[in-house]
This record gives sequence, C-alpha cells and structure tokens, in this order.
Amino acid sequence: MQDGYTTPDGRQIGPVLLDLKNITLRFGGVEAIKNISFDIREGEIRAIIGPNGAGKSSMLNVISGFYVPQEGEIWFKGHRRGPMKPYEVARLGLARTFQNIALFDGMSVLDNIMTGRMNMMKASLFSQALWWGKAEREETANREQVEKIIDFLEIQNIRKTPVGRLPYGLKKRVELARALAAEPRILLLDEPMAGMNVEEKEDMCRFILDVNDEFGTTIALIEHDMGVVMDLSDRVVVMDYGRKIGDGTPDEVRNNPEVISAYLGVAHE
Amino acid sequence: MFYREAGDFKTSYRDDGQTFPIRLDRWGYYAVLAVAFLVVPFVIDSYWANAVLVPFLIYAIAAIGLNILTGYAGQVSLGTGGFMAVGAYAVYKLMTAFPGVPIVIHIVLAGAITAIVGVLFGLPSLRIKGFYLAVATLAAQFFLVWLFNKVPWFYNYSASGQITAPERTILGWAVTGPATTASAKYLICLTFAVVLAWIARNLTRGMVGRKWMAIRDMDIAAEIIGVNPLTAKLSAFAVSSFFVGIAGALLFSVYLGAAEASEAFGINKSFLVLFMIIIGGLGSIFGSFAGAAFLVLLPVLLKNLLVVQLGWPTDLAAHIELMIVGALIIFFLIVEPHGLARLWALTKEKLRLWPFPH
Repeated sequence: MQDGYTTPDGRQIGPVLLDLKNITLRFGGVEAIKNISFDIREGEIRAIIGPNGAGKSSMLNVISGFYVPQEGEIWFKGHRRGPMKPYEVARLGLARTFQNIALFDGMSVLDNIMTGRMNMMKASLFSQALWWGKAEREETANREQVEKIIDFLEIQNIRKTPVGRLPYGLKKRVELARALAAEPRILLLDEPMAGMNVEEKEDMCRFILDVNDEFGTTIALIEHDMGVVMDLSDRVVVMDYGRKIGDGTPDEVRNNPEVISAYLGVAHE
Repeated sequence: MFYREAGDFKTSYRDDGQTFPIRLDRWGYYAVLAVAFLVVPFVIDSYWANAVLVPFLIYAIAAIGLNILTGYAGQVSLGTGGFMAVGAYAVYKLMTAFPGVPIVIHIVLAGAITAIVGVLFGLPSLRIKGFYLAVATLAAQFFLVWLFNKVPWFYNYSASGQITAPERTILGWAVTGPATTASAKYLICLTFAVVLAWIARNLTRGMVGRKWMAIRDMDIAAEIIGVNPLTAKLSAFAVSSFFVGIAGALLFSVYLGAAEASEAFGINKSFLVLFMIIIGGLGSIFGSFAGAAFLVLLPVLLKNLLVVQLGWPTDLAAHIELMIVGALIIFFLIVEPHGLARLWALTKEKLRLWPFPH
C-alpha cells in the first residue's frame, strides 16, 4: 500500500497527500487529541468517526490550521507544514465546510461562492476601484468557473438570493459550493449531512461522490450517519476520547471489537 | 410595468455584473446625472448651494466612507469627525505650502494622508471588535482634534487658531475662497461625489468588497477560506478614511472657507455621519446618499415650514426642529431598521412585479 491501492469499485488511490504524525492537542489540562497518526491519500474519501466529544472536529481544526497542536507533525504533499495561519493553509489547497453553517448571510449565493475563489484573484486595489483591466477580466473568468460549480450542484435558480433566506439543506449545498470554488486538493467536510432528511442526504452523498469522481478531489469527512460513512468512504479512522481506536476499510472497522465496544458499550458481567 | 427585468436578457457575465441591471434604473440614474451636471449649475443660487446641495454632497462622501468601514466591513467607528479634520488640515497645509499645485491634487492627497492616519488608528481593530473598537476610534476623534488645536504648526501659527482657505482656481474659476460662485462650489463637490461613489461601487462589487463583507458576516469562516484579516480590515480603514478625508477637505476648503478643529470637526460630526448611514442603510451606496439627504434636508425643510410659513420665532423653531428630527429618526428606525435603502429596495421589488403580483 506504499504507493496507493485500488478500491473495490476500481478507483485508483494515489500516494499519501496529507500525513499526520503523533498529533497531540491540549486545551489547558484537557487532552482533546492524544498522540494520533493517520494519513490521507490522493483521491480517496476518508472518514473520521467517533462518539460525541471524541475529538473529531478538533482534528479537522488542526488540519485546517485553526488549532495548532502542541506535539506532532503535519506533512502535506511531502513537505512538513510549520505553524500557519488559517488563511495560509487555505492557499495551500485545503477548503472546508463547517458543522454549523458558516456562510456570509448578508451576501448573495453568487457572492458567497465567488469569495471561495479569492485566492485566484490578484487584481490590485487600484484596478478594482476603476473596474478596469485585470479586475474586470478576472471577475468574468472566475464567474465562469463559479457558474460551472453552480450547474454542478444544481443551484442555478437561487444564485442571486441572499443566503440568509435559504432553507437549511440548500445552505449546506451553497457551503459545499463555496469550498469547491477554491479548487482544493483536499476538501474537509464537517458533518455535511447533519440535520438533513433522507432525500437531502441522498443528494449530498451523490454530490460528494461526484466531486471525488469528476474533480478527483480528496475528501476527508466527519459524519455521524453510519450508513452514509460505510457506503461512501474508502478508509475510516475511529476516534474515542481523543484516541484512535481503529483505522481501515469500512469492513475492517465494523468488525473491530474496540470500535464495537465504543459505540455499543461493553457487557459487564 | 416598465420597471422589470423580463425581456432584458444578459448574454455575458460582464453584463450581468453591471451596476444597474434593469434598463429603466440605468436610464433613470443617467437622467439624474445629466440634470445634475447640465441643468442645476445654471439655475443654482447661493442659498440652494450653501444650505442644501453642497453640504448634502459633502456629507454623502463622508457617509460613503463610513459605510465602507461600518456597513461593508463591519468595523464600528466613531472617529469620522477626527478623520475629516485630518483631511481639512492636510489640504490646508498643502494649499499654503505648495500654492502652484492644482487644488484637485491637494484634495486627493489630503485623502491619501487621511488614509494613512486611518490605517494607524485602525490597527486596534485587529484585536478588538464591536463596542470596544468604537471606544478606540473615539480616542482617535478626541486625540486628533486636540492635536490640531494644540500644535500651532497645523494652523500656520495664525493668531485666531483658525485655518482659512486661500483662493484657488480650476480653469480660471475660483473654487475656494470668498470669490467662489455657487455653481463652482456645487460642481466641484458633485464631481468628487460622483467619481467617489462610482469607485465605492466598483470596490464593493469586486473581490475587495466581498472580503470586507466576509469579515463583517463571519470573521472566523472568512479567515479559514482564505481572507487575511489584517489586510482586509486595514484596507477598509484606508479606503474609508480616504473618502472621509476628501469630505473633510471639501467641507473646509470649499464649503466653510474657515474652520477651527473642535468646532467644525467635533464628536457631533462623527455622530451625524453615523446617523446618516444608519438611517440611510448600512452596506449601501444609495443609502449613504439617502441618509445624507435626510439629515441635511430635513432641518432645512422644517425651518422653512416653521419660520417662513408659520411665522414662529427662530429660537423656538430651532428647538422644535431638533425634537422633530430626533423623533423622526426613532420613528424611521422602528418602521424600517435597515434604513431608507431597504425601503427603496422593497419598493423596487414590488415594482418589478407590478401590476401582476402573482
């Protein structure tokens, strides 16, 4: 498995893209993450699961640069990543969505998604002030890319609507669109299906699989819906109380006794 | 019936992103501009210029400036008066130090100097927000006014402590000093207001504007998707102060002619401009104009009504006027908390469907 593997459905998974080594994260005396190592390979869908408070979201925040771990190393594309500001991490090619939707409510759907492309737009303040030259060219070129994503996620009819007026399920979809607009190497999804009905969940699953398939984007996701996780993901990390208790294909994880005891409890005799 | 986008198809993203996407809207604004530039200068008298139009245009510029900072970037500021004073004293020092340079360049430079000062006082915004930032900018207000009063270099050691604008001309027409005609005053303010409003619109519909709004709506998410909060906030302070500085420079050189820092640029000015953007609508260029018009025109209207029409004594009218303006502000905010711009937007949305709302 050194240079990738082939999934049961025949997708070729590449080499390691993001490697987390011995990560420990403390808040004061509380150890949220205890000495965890795992990797994410090019092109795979990697899930992080675990009961509430297991440290999954903290793990995602470490990856996206929002928390800096006290110990451990993060390797991205074969280079060690020093402590970075979140906006610097975004420029490396990581985009994410949030557990509680974090859209810009005062802006239209289109503007929200356009914000995702800010790292591709480099026109000077002067050029933007006059709406002349580079600023205007960039705006049009990036709008075209954004329209492709709008088509892809089937949200054409709401592109000019202020985000604050949208229902929950659509907001989640717009947030995915904003993350996709950045053309990330790795897309981090924090509970993309939380609070959705069956139909919306099915739509979201389809979009996640399509994103992985069409753009070849590597995806790391946190999700509580076990059915979804086991169906979607290629490999699963299981966390409990900040420790890693399982790592492997969905089948391996499902039969791991430690995972079963964490989720179902252990019989005491 | 005519005001709608049906049948007005856009065939390129460039067309779709334009300022006035609806044809009637576009022609309406062009008509207003044509009247403002081609008709008004020939019919304006000094009462209309000094009491209504010139202060309206100057305060509109200041309101756009504050709206960029507070309405678009979400950083509350109570230092507008202080920054206007920077613009005024900068243009005074430049006018007296380099008499040969055209006044327009001096005014733009005064804006640039204010932008630098604005960035300095914007630095605390990187650590604090909301009310705490408002208090920090309040410190800027008091410090700047104190500075211009205490350091004689700023007012060229004049005995009165005042600054007085010398006469400067554009193409032979006096635009500052006592010989200035009403139409010259009006035209220079109008030109600045139109150009600056256009620049503000361009900035706010482009990527800079989106970064500002992202910081306003959710700063943590903005940072995680790639907004550098340092550059976003400081650029908002710079651009905003540039606008406010130009407004201060025009207020002193074109409108007042002579000024003294604590009197002309006191805390009252900061609140006046803040009220303008709250009544007009936060995050709207149109709202900046509407708010400035409301607060400049209303006192004039009331004065005309009470003193000229009803014959009340001037001092009584002046007090009643304050009470009515205050009551109207409260009434407006209760009826439409998002300001005149929102009211206007709702009207337009209804008009789009009229007369077939279903």
